[in-house]
Amino acid sequence: MSVPSAAPRRSYDTDGLVDEFLQLVGDGDEYGAVELITELHDSGVPAERLMIDVIGGAQTRVGELWAANEWSVAREHAATAISERALAALALRTNVKPTRGRVTIACVDGEWHALPTRMLAEMLRLDGWRVDFLGANVPGPHLISHLHQTGPDVVALSCMIATRLPRAHAAITACRTAGIPVIAGGRGFGPGGRYAQHLGADAWAAGAEEAVRRLAHNWPPHNQDPQLSAFLGDEEYTYVVRHRPELINTAMRQLTEAYPAMREYSQRQLDSTAEDMAHIVDFLAAALYVSETAIFTDFVAWTNEVLQARGVPAVALRVGLETVQAQLRDYPTAAAMLTAGMRLLNQ
Amino acid sequence: MTAESPVTTGERLTSGPAPALLRAALDAASEAVLLCDSADDTILMVNAAAQALVPAFAAGGSPFDGPLPGLAGALAAGDDSFTDVHAGRHLQGQRRALGADHYGWYLRDRTDEVARADALRAERARTAFLAEAGRRLSSSLHQGRCQRITAELAVAHLADAAMVVLPMNRRQAQWVRLVAGGSPEEGTLREQSLNQVPGLIEALGGFPPIPSKWLDPAQAPEWLFPANFGPIGALLVTPLPGNAEPAGALILARRGDNAQFGPEDEILARIFAARAGAAISAALLYREQVDTTAVLQADLLPPDLIQPDGIELVGSYQAAREAMRIGGDFYDVFGPTDNSPDTVIALGDVCGKGPEAAVLTGKVRQTLRALRLVDAPPEEMLRVLNKALLDSGRQHRFVTLVVGSVNRVEHGRVQLRLATGGHPAPLVLRADGRVEEVPVSGTLIGAVARTVVNPADIELAPGELCLLYSDGLTEARGGPADGEQFGEARLHDALAECRGLPAVATVERIRQLVSDWVHGGVRDDIAMLAVRAPARTQLSLRNGSRNASPFAIDARRTERRVRARS
Repeated sequence: MSVPSAAPRRSYDTDGLVDEFLQLVGDGDEYGAVELITELHDSGVPAERLMIDVIGGAQTRVGELWAANEWSVAREHAATAISERALAALALRTNVKPTRGRVTIACVDGEWHALPTRMLAEMLRLDGWRVDFLGANVPGPHLISHLHQTGPDVVALSCMIATRLPRAHAAITACRTAGIPVIAGGRGFGPGGRYAQHLGADAWAAGAEEAVRRLAHNWPPHNQDPQLSAFLGDEEYTYVVRHRPELINTAMRQLTEAYPAMREYSQRQLDSTAEDMAHIVDFLAAALYVSETAIFTDFVAWTNEVLQARGVPAVALRVGLETVQAQLRDYPTAAAMLTAGMRLLNQ
Repeated sequence: MTAESPVTTGERLTSGPAPALLRAALDAASEAVLLCDSADDTILMVNAAAQALVPAFAAGGSPFDGPLPGLAGALAAGDDSFTDVHAGRHLQGQRRALGADHYGWYLRDRTDEVARADALRAERARTAFLAEAGRRLSSSLHQGRCQRITAELAVAHLADAAMVVLPMNRRQAQWVRLVAGGSPEEGTLREQSLNQVPGLIEALGGFPPIPSKWLDPAQAPEWLFPANFGPIGALLVTPLPGNAEPAGALILARRGDNAQFGPEDEILARIFAARAGAAISAALLYREQVDTTAVLQADLLPPDLIQPDGIELVGSYQAAREAMRIGGDFYDVFGPTDNSPDTVIALGDVCGKGPEAAVLTGKVRQTLRALRLVDAPPEEMLRVLNKALLDSGRQHRFVTLVVGSVNRVEHGRVQLRLATGGHPAPLVLRADGRVEEVPVSGTLIGAVARTVVNPADIELAPGELCLLYSDGLTEARGGPADGEQFGEARLHDALAECRGLPAVATVERIRQLVSDWVHGGVRDDIAMLAVRAPARTQLSLRNGSRNASPFAIDARRTERRVRARS
């Protein structure tokens, strides 16, 4: 990292700055966080580096701290809100004339992690794109009518959680049917963006910087008929989605039989247990949709870590998997995925 | 010719017929035959059909010296078949051995077959082009994109360069231009420049309704295509027919001295132009409608909120999926006036959905805005609104709403006076995480002549928040087991978890929880408006002590609850 020679008042030490920024957002100190970023910008650190290295770096740590149960959901949300303010303050200080095309940026329906996409929006703006940022949780029809009204050259679609993949597929297909190529981004599309290609996206980028690079050259890609892309979502997927409430209700009943202590649970505890069962079913459905067992096993491994950080014994998750599997004996692919998940827990 | 021998199929010739007879029989066959000697490859005999096909062949000659290089090549390579073109005919030959000492070349004229195959291939290419054109042109309702797609398709299938010119608008015509291998360019043309392009004014006028033939490329102005395109070899200007009036014109150009647009090219350009024109004019219509709707919606959409000093105000509106983006829920904020330092907030729900509800929403908001100007207190505003709605004669439509006046008092506290007309009571999140319902009550507005309104006053300490919401929030159906309402208890819990969060994060968090709860489409409008007294961290903690964080305790607390991903 080279900093212009305008005698910066402070040296640019990424790790130290991430720690400092993290401390400020974690303390809910909006004023201090914004001040830190603007000071660094004044001293000559490029806005791109501040966005990616400092704000983005801190945000990655926020996610880790939440997963490790060191930060509460509320603290995570407050920190994210302040990061967004810092990003907005930085954006106000940079003014770039659009020289490239127009891009629409949206999170897929049901996807609420907007900060990475806002970062992408600012990075693309700095690179000379004209940006329409639609934010979190954009329903498909809203996205499409926006496309017809503004006619962008590309849609950047973010999906951080694999359970949104079927809806991401619907959005990608609709965008491409409207003749607009799609670049996908976010963890939800799997390691190396593997599922993005299954779902018909024209390109995939791991992060904002890579997306900026990808869109700078050889864009747009050749326009193919989106109706030619692979058929996804077989009968097992359909069954699991249709019977979601039954699968969850039955699992809850069996859990209560296995653990009479659950009868004493508060509504809140019951809600979160039911939510966990719902996640098992939803990730299973997503894995079936894309035909990728890894979607399910990754979820199991991740959940196991999160639950252990919160002192919940591994047996709870395993019993959850067993009760769902007991209901899906006639569905070989789903049952095999559940078995793979259980094998992971036994290791 | 008469048959001189009783030769029948399968019968073996014992004493052969006269050579003259065999010769006559061969000459009568429609297949062309060259009879050759295996030893030295000399031609022994050429039948009449072969003579007609290739007059240069003669008995005694050698196929090597003949006019068919394909035949010579096959012989040299020892092949048993060849194809060749002679005098414009496509020939195909097969060699068959005739005993040990002789062989024959049997030639077939497949000119018609080749022509049919070529025509079929061309027809397939045209069909594929038009199918692709149909798919891509129908995909977009955006005019600029339709223009660009038209240019791209034209350059890929019809010409070396294409320009799509839209009809004149305010004495200017907008264009998109593409040269093969380049990227699209855009610009506008003045009225007088249009005259310089032969046939363009006529095409933009929609007449003649077919491509203008025999345009002299030399007359095209230099600016028509980039300098590096080189001299234009052939030029075609085609009108783009629209719905009622022309949608523009398509200019096609080919490079090179021998370039031309044949009759088939012109027909294809015409069919393509019809599709492109339909797409561009549909996009034009769509844009006009969107512009009109946007003007009409402007007053009905949620407003951009003012940000009064020392008060955090955050609104959120989610329209039911199937409706337009406007509906029966609304919120509004009116800033301080010359007479009153208070900020007035309102959030309500008009019965019904869609445009009718939206229109009534607009009326209610306008009435409130006027009432605010005469400094009516919240309960008075509700009474007057009730009367106004009843007098307007729309008996079957009523509205529930909360109105409040907000002002800042000392020590960073915020005071609210709230009044409700049949609406869910607002909630207050206290600094210690308690969630209270504001003790207000009142009857529906616009239903009965006599209203009862019991207002309430509350005060928010720094960091405390008051949430106004519509019942779409608590009545959202979903949950893991489906069909269950989100309910007030869950809303209370969710709000309690937001202790210490800025108002914007609180509203976002609740939106997210409800969206996850309904697991897909929200079936009713949801409006929220949060008022918060900012937490007192105005002075940065960066260089001072770090003990004031609202999360200091939070961070050490272990959460036992099984938590799922958020």
